[in-house]
Amino acid sequence: MRKVTYRDALTEALREEMRRDSTVFLLGEDIGKYWEGAFKVTKGLAKEFGDERVRDTPISESAIIGAAVGAAITGMRPVAEIMFGDLTSLAMDQIANQAAKICYMFGGQVKVPLVIRTPFGAGVNIAAHHSQSLEAWFMHVPGLLVAVPSTPYDAKGLLKTAIRGNNPVFFCEHKLLYPLEGEIPEDEYTIPFGVADVKREGSDVTVVATLYMVHKALDAAEELEAGGVSVEVVDPRTLVPLDKQAIIKSVEKTGKIVIVSEDCKTAGVSAEIAAVVAEEAIDYLDAPIKRVAEPDTPIPFSPPLEQHVIPNEKTIVNAVKEIV
Amino acid sequence: MATSLTREKLVEMYRKMFEIRSFEEKVFELYAQNLVPGTIHLYGGEEAVAVGVCSNLRKADYITSTHRGHGHCIAKGAETKRIMAEILGKQTGYCKGKGGSMHIADFSVGMLGATAVVGAGIPIAMGAGLSIKLRGTDQVVACFFGDGASNQGTFHEAINMAAIWELPVIFVCENNLYAMGTRQSVVMLIENIADRAVAYGISGVAVDGNDVLAVYEAARKAVERARKGEGPTLIECKTYRHKGHSRIDPAKYRSKEEVEEWLRKDPIRRFKERLLHTNVITEAEIQQIEKEILTEIEEAVKFAMESSYPAPKEALEDVYT
Repeated sequence: MRKVTYRDALTEALREEMRRDSTVFLLGEDIGKYWEGAFKVTKGLAKEFGDERVRDTPISESAIIGAAVGAAITGMRPVAEIMFGDLTSLAMDQIANQAAKICYMFGGQVKVPLVIRTPFGAGVNIAAHHSQSLEAWFMHVPGLLVAVPSTPYDAKGLLKTAIRGNNPVFFCEHKLLYPLEGEIPEDEYTIPFGVADVKREGSDVTVVATLYMVHKALDAAEELEAGGVSVEVVDPRTLVPLDKQAIIKSVEKTGKIVIVSEDCKTAGVSAEIAAVVAEEAIDYLDAPIKRVAEPDTPIPFSPPLEQHVIPNEKTIVNAVKEIV
Repeated sequence: MATSLTREKLVEMYRKMFEIRSFEEKVFELYAQNLVPGTIHLYGGEEAVAVGVCSNLRKADYITSTHRGHGHCIAKGAETKRIMAEILGKQTGYCKGKGGSMHIADFSVGMLGATAVVGAGIPIAMGAGLSIKLRGTDQVVACFFGDGASNQGTFHEAINMAAIWELPVIFVCENNLYAMGTRQSVVMLIENIADRAVAYGISGVAVDGNDVLAVYEAARKAVERARKGEGPTLIECKTYRHKGHSRIDPAKYRSKEEVEEWLRKDPIRRFKERLLHTNVITEAEIQQIEKEILTEIEEAVKFAMESSYPAPKEALEDVYT
């Protein structure tokens, strides 16, 4: 094992897959040799693979995804970067109506092997247009797969699987995770979609969390442990497909669940997971389902305002305490 | 005839145009009998565009299409019986009944599919062009879209990208003067959409879209440039749809005089007269071709009508591959 950052783990996944398969190429704004990605995920790649395969694009999100769709249905495996998750709204038709529906609409004649990578998340004071968490939008579009890695290990393994797969993948990253370090194996590995990971075992309460919130949940678990509460942290790792069984299995053990997600509460990730538990595991519950999510507001700029809306260790601890 | 095209090619072009017209008339007839679910957008009147462009393409070349796409499919070589089956929602249709009239695709002949979101096919065609460039083949892409689509942001974004990367894409604007019921002059100040090519630094040309040989010639030059790696072209074909926008549209926003004027410019009649006039073909040969096509269309209808509907549970298949 060796320590790498989440950012470097992603870069490694891209590099390895580009070396392995000449049909894999990258496109996006400022991903090439001059800037190497707004978050430096494509660092060094243009140097190794050239400008053709690490392609700087105009600021044209809709055409970036459209280009990826057209390339994917004609034999290539594009990985498109949208600089901020908020900007996927500019490409929504190409993502939701084209990439997601082409396989189905054309009766399974063609596969659409493309990956859209983009960072979500608040916490760096860049306000309402660069801080949202919009994973739930894409969960609501049949035809897309949605990945939400929280660690360097998961990021690398899931991205490699995403690139090798034959379905369009919406690959969510989190801007606060890029510098996070974690261990990954020396040897090549991949992680299948639809398999959750128990990030911490516990027996009193299940906390389901994704992306940056996994780490907040782990911090909360640490604090609660000191107070005698044993928390199990389950990270779904992919939202589509969702490993329902892993969540249900944990709830069967603990009888209680808190769902933590950085997106808005209404119709959000936490709503879907709560509905799954309510529908399929209600008999195991000894307490009401609790949700910790952002209130239904845009992300504000000023640090105290922003910190007020992002779920944190304390709000998670409080939610757990309400039911244990 | 002032063209270098062989007699065989000219006859084939006439055959395709007549095939599209006959197919569309049959679809309209079936619709009138309430046999077509949903809506239809007929291509009648615009046949010279699809045929003039696709007659320059090889099987390995690609096209993208629109909600008004039956003609593009036929011109690129898709089978009428499977198109008809798709329009009727049958299991034997190209998309197994999941797409319908607005979403026909036949990847086996390079028909990359019709998108019913206006302008959405333009970036996809550009992406197919990028794929060709990266794979290093000499294929080209013809991207069909309407005058309405040229006001979408995707038109600007995708043509600009194709231009900067010199992609082998022929952007074919079928300007039938109306975006649904909105006349071109209401939504743009320019008369020629082809003029927009200047903004992207590429070649743009406006042609009589009801003259199949004029379309053919413009497309020939564009395809030649594209195959040589000299980048994209915007071709605007001035044409007219004989029927309304969709099946519910009596097209009352068009004057009787205007419709009559365009009917006089019917691309099929014009081409037929030209072929007869220049002794490329005889009246008897024309009749023979038309008879064969009408038989083929009847067979397509029979095939579609006799085909089964998909099993309801098939609705759950093909979401993922």
